[in-house]
Amino acid sequence: MSDVLSLAITATLILYAAAMGLGMARLFRGPSAQDRVLAMDFIYIVGMLVMLVLAIRYDSEMYFEGALVMVLFGFVGSVAMAKFLLRGEVI
Amino acid sequence: MPPIAEIVVAVLLLGSGVVVLVAALGLWRLPDFFLRMHAPALASTLGAWIVTFASIVHFSARGSGLALHVWLVIIVLSITAPVTTIVLARAALFRRRQAGDPLPAPLQRRR
Repeated sequence: MSDVLSLAITATLILYAAAMGLGMARLFRGPSAQDRVLAMDFIYIVGMLVMLVLAIRYDSEMYFEGALVMVLFGFVGSVAMAKFLLRGEVI
Repeated sequence: MPPIAEIVVAVLLLGSGVVVLVAALGLWRLPDFFLRMHAPALASTLGAWIVTFASIVHFSARGSGLALHVWLVIIVLSITAPVTTIVLARAALFRRRQAGDPLPAPLQRRR
């Protein structure tokens, strides 16, 4: 792996960390409950992108399954919480 | 791995980092919930697509053929993200109506 790609991966991970920090701030501050659900969904998606970048960093295809599982869990969690906000019960 | 592919991957990754940071800034700065909902869609569509293209280029340039299995992430994400958005928007509308807070204007003007 060359220096250019290594530097770009480090910079991308720093940018993702800043984005996750902003999402975490919204998660803690968010005036209403739906803001917190939205911030959690965003943090899930950024975590999935971190997994895809780490797959490039470590040159391994094992990370894709983790990213896929992360997408599915984020979807299920967000929909369950939104459904809970809608009615007060999940199903 | 040829150097041109590495440069392409690096540029795509940096672009996705900038896009995701813009989405997070929108999530932090926009004043209303229904405005804030637009920002994370930028990360789950454009950011995820750019990272997918970067990893396709990277794993195809290793020389073992075209590596297309990363599309699965994009396919699953493009199915699930609109469902999450619409369920959350309906929940927010319901809660605002229950609380008596001002709602956004309807799309069609009533006569």
